[in-house]
Amino acid sequence: MDLPIISNAPSASGIPCSSGNYGSALAHLPDHIRARVQDHPCYSEEAHHYFARMHVAVAPACNIQCNYCNRKYDCANESRPGVVSELLTPDQAIKKVLAVAAAIPQMTVLGIAGPGDPLANPERTFETFRQLSEKAPDIKLCVSTNGLNLPRYADEIARHNIDHVTITINCLDPEIGARIYPWIFWNHRRIRGEAGAAILIEQQQKGLEMLVERGILVKVNSVLIPGVNDIHLKELSRTVKAKGAFLHNVMPLIAEAGHGTYYGIMEQRSPTADELQALQDECAGDMAMMRHCRQCRADAVGMLGEDRGAEFTLDKLDALDIDYAAAMTRRKTVHDDILLQLEEKRKAGRLPQAVPVGVANAAAHLAESRAFALRPVLMAVASTGQNLINQHFGHAREFLVYEASERGARFVGHRKTELYCVGNETCGDESEDGQSAENTLARTLAALSGCEAVLCARIGFEPWSRLEAAGIQPNGEHAMESIEDAVMAVYREMAAAGKLAEPAAGQKRA
Amino acid sequence: MALAITETCVNCWACVDVCPNAAIAWDDPVFAIDTRKCTECTGEFAEAQCAAICPIECAIVNELGEALNPLGSLTGIPVGKLLALKEAA
Repeated sequence: MDLPIISNAPSASGIPCSSGNYGSALAHLPDHIRARVQDHPCYSEEAHHYFARMHVAVAPACNIQCNYCNRKYDCANESRPGVVSELLTPDQAIKKVLAVAAAIPQMTVLGIAGPGDPLANPERTFETFRQLSEKAPDIKLCVSTNGLNLPRYADEIARHNIDHVTITINCLDPEIGARIYPWIFWNHRRIRGEAGAAILIEQQQKGLEMLVERGILVKVNSVLIPGVNDIHLKELSRTVKAKGAFLHNVMPLIAEAGHGTYYGIMEQRSPTADELQALQDECAGDMAMMRHCRQCRADAVGMLGEDRGAEFTLDKLDALDIDYAAAMTRRKTVHDDILLQLEEKRKAGRLPQAVPVGVANAAAHLAESRAFALRPVLMAVASTGQNLINQHFGHAREFLVYEASERGARFVGHRKTELYCVGNETCGDESEDGQSAENTLARTLAALSGCEAVLCARIGFEPWSRLEAAGIQPNGEHAMESIEDAVMAVYREMAAAGKLAEPAAGQKRA
Repeated sequence: MALAITETCVNCWACVDVCPNAAIAWDDPVFAIDTRKCTECTGEFAEAQCAAICPIECAIVNELGEALNPLGSLTGIPVGKLLALKEAA
């Protein structure tokens, strides 16, 4: 079988020197689709290290209720879908987009994702898109929806040149749907239970088909809810793939009692990082899986995993004087440079080539990896972007997780250390509060469960010893190196030290 | 005969868009229903449209002050739990 990565000469240990990101979600995509997503941080895992996105919160109304959502919640420290600080009119949104695109030239994408359902706010949503395609023609437009109104607006989406649509589909079975959606608003009525879920599911599937017919790229988001839709998601993944969705993004349920959601209050548990990864691997047998989603706010600004929204609030926008034509020229230069870099990396075999589906599929890799002598290892990485190990351990709000094996390094997901604001006692400045710092470290250790090493630019003494005690080897020796190279270098060291012949003690996943 | 919006409203705009009488407008701190325009959707729809889409329990009330979507009716969270949470807060 052809290996997807053209590696350099094997090192002494027999492990490739130059790692490949061989399991990349987009590796198997045809070139014409990859060309459409190569600069979209939410669709391309490669792109998300380099390109930025923003959401504008112009769509407050919603037409369904989900058990993981509470429309009352708004906290500036909170980071999750459905949460915003400042609702915008379409005119305000345009102003903000132009300002952000001028200040952050890496920005390629503008999305409308809420805080309600964009297609339940058709006038505000499409007015924003209309003005943007006129004033910022180089920005890609995308929209997220629960799908209920999708068949009705599929033509309008196509007319506005919206290239990417994300549909959140959590089930195909109304019986399961009734445990996720208590009601929908449809044909002037509130429809509850299975009857409502059945209509929603039907519209989502119909909408998916209509978008695919119109040549629009469709990503499907699913929220993994243990005991509700977990097993079902494998079938769902196969179905949406067959209908033409090009990417499936399984996200963990976020449920905290403090959020006031049904699941939070009823103590529905969230999946563990291991459970999420296992399910993503199982679904990957059927289609491209996305693993770098950050479940961001409906008004997020900047690179994935960061939020610079506070720099661009309405009061600050008034003070800005923007030469948009100049900004657009600058953006073009920045984008071209990044794409050139990515292309060069790809040519050098450092990023995935287009490979046949069978080879890219991660489940097959897992099966194959059993034929190798050394076991795979999960490693966590602290990075602020640019695909480099460039972040201090203590500053990391999330870690990227890679699986290193004899086949190379594979990005498998990210783990947040502070998923969300958990209440008043931790809302303040944590660094001045010893108790909170302790909580943060404890949460970080829990988030890194299953990882055997953590690579960062620097790390303090206290977390170093705590990590070691937890069986996670801290490593600050690869600062400013490319992530895949560093991960593979550490893997080779572990191999040379004889640590990889035996299963790891206490490891949940081999 | 008119409905009204209470201060539990979260300003999500859903009712504004579905009101057949354009009776709902911003009235700081929350939206308000114009009593001269509101018909409670009688004769037009089986359910008052604002109340049929509103996601917030107790946000839409009738002239007697009775909630069209009482506590627990939209989320399915048991009323006892909701009351306990309210007391704790």
